[in-house]
Amino acid sequence: MSILEYFDLVISDYTLRTITFGTAALGAICGMLGSFAVLRKQSLLGDAISHAALPGIAIAFLITQTKDNNMLLFGALISGVIATYWIRGIVTRTHLKTDAALGIILSVFFGFGMLLLTYIQKQPNANQAGLDKYLFGQAATLVTKDVKMLLYVLGISLFILLLFWKELKVMLFDAEYTQTLGFNVKFLDLLITFCIVLAIVLGLQTVGVVLMSAMLLAPAAAARQWTDKLWVMLFLAAIFGIVAGVFGTAISATGDNLSTGPVIVLLAVGIVIFSFVFSPTRGLLMRHFRFKKNKKSFQQTKILLDLYRKNKSEEGEGIPLQVSNFPVRTMKELQDKGLVHIEDNAWQLTTDGITQAKNINL
Amino acid sequence: MTLPQIEIQLIAALVAITCAIPGVFLVLRKMSLISDAISHSILLGIVLGFFITQDLSSPLLIAMAAIAGVITVILVEAIQNTKLVKEDTAIGLVFPAMFSIGIILISQNANDVHLDVDAVLLGELAFAPFNRWYIGDMDMGPKALWVVGSILVVLVTLLILFFKELKISTFDPGLSAALGISPILMHYGLMTVSSVTIVGAFDAVGAILVVALMIVPAAGAYLLTTNLKKMLLLAIFFGLFSAISGYWAANLLNASISGSMATVLGIVFLLIYLFAPSKGLIANVYRDKRQKNEVMLLTFLLHLHQHSDKEERSVQHLNYHFSWSQKQAKKILKLAVDNGLIYVENPYVNLTEKGEKFNVEAINYILSNQTEKVERMKQDFLLFRG
Repeated sequence: MSILEYFDLVISDYTLRTITFGTAALGAICGMLGSFAVLRKQSLLGDAISHAALPGIAIAFLITQTKDNNMLLFGALISGVIATYWIRGIVTRTHLKTDAALGIILSVFFGFGMLLLTYIQKQPNANQAGLDKYLFGQAATLVTKDVKMLLYVLGISLFILLLFWKELKVMLFDAEYTQTLGFNVKFLDLLITFCIVLAIVLGLQTVGVVLMSAMLLAPAAAARQWTDKLWVMLFLAAIFGIVAGVFGTAISATGDNLSTGPVIVLLAVGIVIFSFVFSPTRGLLMRHFRFKKNKKSFQQTKILLDLYRKNKSEEGEGIPLQVSNFPVRTMKELQDKGLVHIEDNAWQLTTDGITQAKNINL
Repeated sequence: MTLPQIEIQLIAALVAITCAIPGVFLVLRKMSLISDAISHSILLGIVLGFFITQDLSSPLLIAMAAIAGVITVILVEAIQNTKLVKEDTAIGLVFPAMFSIGIILISQNANDVHLDVDAVLLGELAFAPFNRWYIGDMDMGPKALWVVGSILVVLVTLLILFFKELKISTFDPGLSAALGISPILMHYGLMTVSSVTIVGAFDAVGAILVVALMIVPAAGAYLLTTNLKKMLLLAIFFGLFSAISGYWAANLLNASISGSMATVLGIVFLLIYLFAPSKGLIANVYRDKRQKNEVMLLTFLLHLHQHSDKEERSVQHLNYHFSWSQKQAKKILKLAVDNGLIYVENPYVNLTEKGEKFNVEAINYILSNQTEKVERMKQDFLLFRG
């Protein structure tokens, strides 16, 4: 089945349509909210929270004894929020840094979650199988109910973003200033953190614990390369997220034995690499060209000045002006510009050259 | 205890020690999350190694995994150096990508690879004693014991040989460079060692527990001491303790050993986080509160010093002037009286001689921009503190 045939199928096939809608919505949510995580230097918070959601899922199952998706996600949400607050507590209340705090919470919560999962598996209850889909994610398990949930969350986060747009924007760039303006920074912080945790928890079912962090930050990191405007960045990140989601699902559905999560993540990372290289302002390629150009113009200026100073002293001391003593390519470029010419087998400035050198020399 | 039980505990103990040592340096260098990244990306190395050798027990797998770990570090640093994204974003991009490639390669060749991603991520210590090493017909014990044991020997040797260098380059890279100890060499040395440690350990306990065993004991130890040697010893102790008690807890619950070890580690850390004598949460909150009271006391005393007219010194007025609550005002007033800095002549408050002396000294320090010395004055003047 080719990709084109696949998109024909999306229109007609109910399951494929559900999954595609689901991954697209997830991509959009992650892109938007991930932008906030990336700009607030909390990229890896997503990694910690996604791991920390596991014990919540297990405990929710132990309490309710059902595999109702929303109940499990609610459990995940609670343990994600607890983890976030503990991380914050460690960072603000002790001298341990963010990296250690994230590492501790991530591994301990995940370990605890594993303990509970293995405990559940050994219980005499036939209902427990399938909890480990949250580990690696299975987009194929998305049903209409999940997609609706994703769309609700997308709507809610869009609404919150629009409502508090100005406040969130100021807070991103200068939290202290925001406080002096009289905005409740704590509330805003809670709001956006809650949204991020929600997005992560919803993504677990699709891409899994390990890859969730990349889902959150890759579209945002890519979008950041193309713009300095917040709303453009959010918009682009959402688009990148959707593209990765939709095409990732398409590729994994058409290829054989390709799990959706890894494919989506690889696509997103591919977009990041492309942005790193080809972004017109910050990209590595443009940076390289700019560097080359600067180097060239610096060389030309230096030679112009050298010639000019020699001319003025008229003695011609120091290195002789013979053609062989100058870099061929740079001199050719200068000659093409009509700034220098050869006289008596030595380089001399033309009138234009003298005027320009005089300007630089000032 | 049966023989496999003893062997499992022995392996767990060795893994805990092996992880704690590099972990201490990672935490001190604020690079804890590199261990998380490495532990995930080695999956790719193992898969590629398997494709080359077609043998899951080949040592080449370990070598490839270690290389994948070092490549992760190099990639992360390369991305950081472009300055296009913040540092932690680089980590978050590299390891999911490598992990994804690993998973896709496994699923593409699912029929010939008997690699279970679950097992890689979670490990199963309970099976470690059954994977034994034979020389000829002689049973040499579990393979994991030998692998982790030899890594530990190398690690301890390196630690003793380069202890001074590691210490200097960790705390002051500038000084270390000036002394001719290359911080870059030390950095990559540590990264290689961590990578090898993670590879050796994760085979036995899984990727996530490796992270727990590296970071959590070291972080806990860091809250208790500022001496590097003590920190190393404490971290090793916490690791050992959690490994052994985690094993027995798992036995009791009939659940995953690595999960239970991580949980015990978490509990140990939680206790330290709450109760550490000077850096724990409770000590911290208590200190904050005391500091706040002492600042209030100082403000109050300075106010009394500045205003000689009775009106400003009446108890009623103080309430109004500082907008303190009744309770706060009472507390500060009591604190000042207890310390003999003021005496109350209803309804006026007066400074005692000691109070005056305190003020003169404090103002002196404040005016000459030596506010840190006010902190020391508290010890000289205050019998009771906030």
